[in-house]
Amino acid sequence: MTPPVMSSILSAFAARLVACALLLFSLVACDKAPLNNPYPPVDAGLSVLYSAFAERPKHLDPAVAYSSDEYAFIGQIYEPPLQYHYLKRPYQLQPLTATQLPTVRYLDAQKQPLPDDADASAIVFSEYLIKIKPDIHYQPHPAFSRNERGDFLYHALDKATLNDIDTLADLPTQQTRTLRAEDYVYQIKRLAHPKVHSPIAELMAGYIDGFAEFAQQTANVPVKALKDTPMLGAYALDEHRYRILIKGRYPQFLYWLAMPFFAPMPWEADAFYDQPGLKAKNITLDWFPVGTGPYWLEENNPNRRMVLSRNKHYHPDFYPTQGDAGDFEAGLLADAGKRLPFVDRVVYTLEKESIPYWIKFLQGYYDASGITSDSFDQAVTFSTGGDPQLTPLLRDKQIQLQASVSTSIFYLGFNMLDPVVGGDSERARKLRQALSIAVDYEEFISIFANGRGVAAQGVLPPGIFGHQDGEAGLNPVAYDWRDGRAMRKPIADAKRLMTEAGYANGIDPATGRALLLYFDTTAVGTDDRALMNWYRKQFEKLGIELVVRGTDYNRFQEKMRTGAAQIFVWGWNADYPDPENFFFLLYGPNSKVKHGGENAGNYANPEFDRLFEQMRNMDNSPERQHIIDQMQTLLRTDAPWLFGYYPKDFALLHSWYLNMKPARIINNRLKYSRIEDELREQKRRAWNQPIFWPLLLLILAMAAALYPAFKTYKRRQRRLS
Amino acid sequence: MITYIIRRLLYAVPLLVAVNVLTFVLFFVVNSPDDMARMQLGQKHVTEQAIQNWKHQHGYDLPLLWNDPQAGAQKLTETIFYQKSAKLFLFDFGISDSGRNIGSDIRQRMWPSLALALPSLLVGLLVNITLALLVVFFRETYVELGAGVICVTLMSISPLFYIIGGQFFIGKLLNLVPISGFGDGFDAWRFLLLPVAISVVAGIGSGVRWYRTLFLEEVEKDYVRTARAKGLSETQALFKHVLQNAMIPILTGVVVVLPLLFMGSLIMESFFSIPGLGSYTIDAINRQDFAIVRSMVFLGSVLYIVGLLLTDISYTLVDPRVRLN
Repeated sequence: MTPPVMSSILSAFAARLVACALLLFSLVACDKAPLNNPYPPVDAGLSVLYSAFAERPKHLDPAVAYSSDEYAFIGQIYEPPLQYHYLKRPYQLQPLTATQLPTVRYLDAQKQPLPDDADASAIVFSEYLIKIKPDIHYQPHPAFSRNERGDFLYHALDKATLNDIDTLADLPTQQTRTLRAEDYVYQIKRLAHPKVHSPIAELMAGYIDGFAEFAQQTANVPVKALKDTPMLGAYALDEHRYRILIKGRYPQFLYWLAMPFFAPMPWEADAFYDQPGLKAKNITLDWFPVGTGPYWLEENNPNRRMVLSRNKHYHPDFYPTQGDAGDFEAGLLADAGKRLPFVDRVVYTLEKESIPYWIKFLQGYYDASGITSDSFDQAVTFSTGGDPQLTPLLRDKQIQLQASVSTSIFYLGFNMLDPVVGGDSERARKLRQALSIAVDYEEFISIFANGRGVAAQGVLPPGIFGHQDGEAGLNPVAYDWRDGRAMRKPIADAKRLMTEAGYANGIDPATGRALLLYFDTTAVGTDDRALMNWYRKQFEKLGIELVVRGTDYNRFQEKMRTGAAQIFVWGWNADYPDPENFFFLLYGPNSKVKHGGENAGNYANPEFDRLFEQMRNMDNSPERQHIIDQMQTLLRTDAPWLFGYYPKDFALLHSWYLNMKPARIINNRLKYSRIEDELREQKRRAWNQPIFWPLLLLILAMAAALYPAFKTYKRRQRRLS
Repeated sequence: MITYIIRRLLYAVPLLVAVNVLTFVLFFVVNSPDDMARMQLGQKHVTEQAIQNWKHQHGYDLPLLWNDPQAGAQKLTETIFYQKSAKLFLFDFGISDSGRNIGSDIRQRMWPSLALALPSLLVGLLVNITLALLVVFFRETYVELGAGVICVTLMSISPLFYIIGGQFFIGKLLNLVPISGFGDGFDAWRFLLLPVAISVVAGIGSGVRWYRTLFLEEVEKDYVRTARAKGLSETQALFKHVLQNAMIPILTGVVVVLPLLFMGSLIMESFFSIPGLGSYTIDAINRQDFAIVRSMVFLGSVLYIVGLLLTDISYTLVDPRVRLN
């Protein structure tokens, strides 16, 4: 006799199994909609771009934000007066909210105008006049909302209202106002205010007249009070014009005017967000921007999702009608002259791990992707000529590959204050030159960067004025020009330099043993072991013993600040496309140890400094190129850096993602992007058909495995009864 | 019992103070306030003045534990330790060093964590206990042997394999559920199916073996033999007697983790992009955000103490012999 409890359980189980199987098969037959779509149906019918972020942005306040992941958001929300032309290279500035590029007047010490061709030494101030377009409106925001009497509705929220709100959307009246010149001035004042903690405050104090004095004057006043405190070097002339007074001549200032630091900030925003109670609800200017750009931040949940939505008040803005050679053929001018932006919403989802991101990209749920090391082999192969090509898997999906050299450099630096590798002695210089030959960055790029990089011949990456391709841009210390290409010099040349430096066969005459050098790094994980071994092997080519001193980030920074590091790896992403933004990393007065600047290697060469001072204030011209060439030659000879490599950005775009041109420096690229939604929908459906039969098979296999047990059970029960 | 609970809660106070001091010391051995300022201010153009400003604004320009120049109690209160820790005991976590309200963040993030952890725990318990009972039921047959082999195999596989394999097989090859993400309200179930299933499967090996051991210990006891002698079937003996008497060790393992379910799971939440608390602490450590680190360690300690207390209380509910005094 079968016990009633167990038999009923098993028979019910069998019945449900069959029912489930039938249900699953019926689902296959009836419903073709993807089950793995991670997005809600609310997105249907809108043009939506799907992207992801791996780490939440730290700041969204344009006075504070300074990293690329922060600019990915605020670049679409805030509008500085200038922007870069989307298609033309080298990068060209053009007006954004300004009516034209700023007019510059040079002034003498009494602030009297000088002629345009005045001698640089006579120029004490440069006065920038910026005219902004009329009728530009901010996104609707409670900070602007007023009642019929003209009083602000939400600048003095009471406790009851505060208790009722969790997001800005809980404040029902959201109004807008026009952009005024004083908003740009107000933002410059914010940059100066010590409580805002702008990273460029100290830098700008050296350039903007009255900036430092303003910072001192307002140190103890709340941010919202800045409006009524005048700044000598930044002031509005009327509603649509403002002036900025720069000390001396600083042509690069125009580039700063294309960065979010100089975007407008309405004083009402600070007055609104400064209310006690809002911060406790995480409603701050740092998290809820107020801009005039093509998008506004509709949802900000940095732990899950951030959503940009089209700003309905966005001013007329049009896709460029001209581009570079090849842009037309690449389809980049197909939308020429059309009103921007094209996409209604941009959904950024937090995706901490690369594997789910990659799978979702292949399923069509992300429109673009970079390529991590984990997925590189699935995505890219190299042809015999060394050109990157997509794998058949990606080609079948009509995915496009975009490769571009970024305006960045990764270099290996020597601490020039170090008695062994530093200084300007012939011994140390030859040692550094020998290492320039021995450390094979072509091999590094091949092994550790999957071929995504170009070995650097100097400080300036391609795309920056002053960079020279071909033989003209060759580093003759480490390379020879053979067969139309740069070839690294043989290791024998490096050994000869070592001998000339007094380290024959890498032996340090002071100790009679292999020369010991120290490499300071934060790369201490097991994954970094191969990289460190590679560095050791490069130095071993010359008989040098490299000691890797792994340390945590804080101690590493301390070593760099105090000059205790000897050899280190560092990198730099350009703020703006000007050689000054790279050469200043080697300018003596920017030394990290002595002046706390960005010259991490503490390189100081009076001739280089003199040329730098001459070059930085020049417009791009053959004369400037000539000076840059001289500076490069000095650096190649002194070798304070092993120039390392310029990273190459590889981007994968689905066939429905249009108008994307690589440009790391351009922050507001999103407005040019267009998505072919119907094509994406078709592809998603085709690629994501649910498959049920393996599950059914699995259930049947489990049932089959359990059946003998069930029989045993029944037999045992019979025996017992 | 009330007296017992009050006494246990009072014991918790010095324990929490000690945990706070330890967290504080460990954190500041590794990070100085200057390091924290540099981390918050970014890498470019950071000046000494900017660092001093940041420290002053965030209250890190005070001495760490003892302020000698001050008078009286202010020697203790005018310190970073006191200023940052005292309010914790009122569950006021304050503002993080990056400017966000910690309490608000915790309240927002604990629900997704709970949405993942609670079903994983309950379904896992149900599956593990059921399978363990089945294995005990079929003891000394090939089923027990096979189950043992399968359990050891399942235990030997890395949890990462279950996650990546599950995402690949169920999410990518079969296209049955989203690979990762989270939904609003009830829509979240679609995103939780796979991580819950993976949690359950990944826990079967150890869970079934553990519960099997408990049940086997009970199943040979005299009262079970008596029950069988009185005519109860094996199924009835297992479900009505063995399961009930094995509840104390089961409860010990389960109740103590209940409060900690709010704290989330780092790996599962990272791979499945579940916006929970799992990575909150580790992200804060990486960002050198002391305000969050101290809050989360404090909260974890409180929840663990609560868990232990609940376990003690639960004993009295399942075993009438246990009295708390």
